[in-house]
Amino acid sequence: MSAAATLSARERARAWRRPPVLIQSAAWRYTIYIGFLAYLVLASASVEVNIPRIMEGLDRGWRFIEGFLVPDFSSRWTDIRNGLIESLTMTVTSTVVGIIISVPIGIGAARNVAPPAIYLTCRAIIAVSRSFQEVIIAILFVAMFGFGPFAGFVTLSFATIGFLSKLLAEDIEDIDARQVEAVRATGAGWWQVINYAVQPQVMPRLIGLSLYRLDINFRESAVIGIVGAGGIGATLNTAIDRYEYDSAGAILIVIILIVMVSEYASSIIRKRVQ
Amino acid sequence: MSAVDASPPRKVWQYRTPRARLALWAGWLALVALFVFCWQVMTKDTIWFFVLDAPAQAADIGSRMMPPRWSYLNQLWVPLWDTINIATLGTLLGIIIAVPVAFLAARNTTPSTTLVRPLALLIIVASRSINSLIWALLLVSIIGPGLLAGIIAIGLRSIGFIAKLLYEAIEEIDEGQVDAVKATGASGAQIIDQAIVPQILPAFFGISVFRWDINIRESTILGLVGAGGIGLQLQASLNVLAWPQVTVIFIVILATVVLSEWVSAKVRAAVT
Repeated sequence: MSAAATLSARERARAWRRPPVLIQSAAWRYTIYIGFLAYLVLASASVEVNIPRIMEGLDRGWRFIEGFLVPDFSSRWTDIRNGLIESLTMTVTSTVVGIIISVPIGIGAARNVAPPAIYLTCRAIIAVSRSFQEVIIAILFVAMFGFGPFAGFVTLSFATIGFLSKLLAEDIEDIDARQVEAVRATGAGWWQVINYAVQPQVMPRLIGLSLYRLDINFRESAVIGIVGAGGIGATLNTAIDRYEYDSAGAILIVIILIVMVSEYASSIIRKRVQ
Repeated sequence: MSAVDASPPRKVWQYRTPRARLALWAGWLALVALFVFCWQVMTKDTIWFFVLDAPAQAADIGSRMMPPRWSYLNQLWVPLWDTINIATLGTLLGIIIAVPVAFLAARNTTPSTTLVRPLALLIIVASRSINSLIWALLLVSIIGPGLLAGIIAIGLRSIGFIAKLLYEAIEEIDEGQVDAVKATGASGAQIIDQAIVPQILPAFFGISVFRWDINIRESTILGLVGAGGIGLQLQASLNVLAWPQVTVIFIVILATVVLSEWVSAKVRAAVT
């Protein structure tokens, strides 16, 4: 502070200033700041805050926090157990089926191994599968397959395809081309190239991605139940609708625990295969 | 007996030892068994008639959805604006809470690895495991339906994502710069400001825009549970089986998602 005070005005003007990290032009920087500020004002104006309603709800919020701290596992235990079994089985089957379908699509969507026509078809499938939320897909599949875990299974398999094929395709496009060339130089056909040059390079990452998707599918299975696709989400929805916050708290704790355990387990497995 | 047979058996090169192959087969067998078991349990109560009927149902819904009712589009602009606001304000809320959490969770900036870091990690895991739709379900029942519930739901869900990626970025910084700034006699806050922030700022913007893109996607459905946005219209149209309106809503959602993904890809390419 004292050092800065002794500087003359000219020296201060010449003193080092930290250069901006991202946008060099000052005019652009201020345009962006002002535009963002204007947007914030407009956006905040569109939010209606109903204070009396919130005050009324605070009591319920407090009851939810109490329910979370003192969860009630016992009174709805059969519902929770059935929901969990549905969710877990849905997760496993949909991940397996999703992987089986997404491997060929992933190979087809890699530019360096697939012909252009197949490449475009597979990319289109991926785009369709990725562009919609799981919940929206679940709404459609529940309308087609009826309520229950089967619709959830189809939804999660469908969502897995977009995720896994896209990442697998990107991974195949990034492989070391020299290995492909070496295997091809031995006179190997297309299948042999895939089997001996591509597959060993992408396998560790495919296993990692599959485990990651298993995680995601479990988390999503807790959500799509809200629109009728079975699983723990349906149980949770019922509990919240009945204002049974202690049961809802118990379900949320179970979900968090399972996600934590599966994340920990998959991180160990991924470390071993990579 | 020819001379060839009398010689010791030729060893053919194999990728795996017999034991490894056996273990691999056992692993695959266990996986298949698990799959079959899960399949049996899951489809125990499935009514196969409905499943077999699905193609007919799909065709039926498809024919009902098909010409989209374009006039409905004019009622969608306000909900769309709300949806974008939910995503943006929710992302901001998430960022505001996530940044301190990230600094508390990163090994090199946390004040205490035994007490504070596990707490910060717990916040991250709890926020990450619960989907924004579930947060919205809870918040709608607590603070009432509307945009605010959606914004808070998106914000709470974003904390974990942003904080996790940000604390990993903080842990990967170049410690040399921290040492250099520390050597000038800088205080803790100055070290963060001068040595750490410039290193993580590009990652920070990339993460935030990425999360914003995801949040646009998620905020389109929050209305299903009453948390505002275009999902409210979707729910209303589904309730009266107005499939031509549903088609228009899907198209609007698709366009928004594609646009936000494009914006986010551009920004991320620019900052990193």
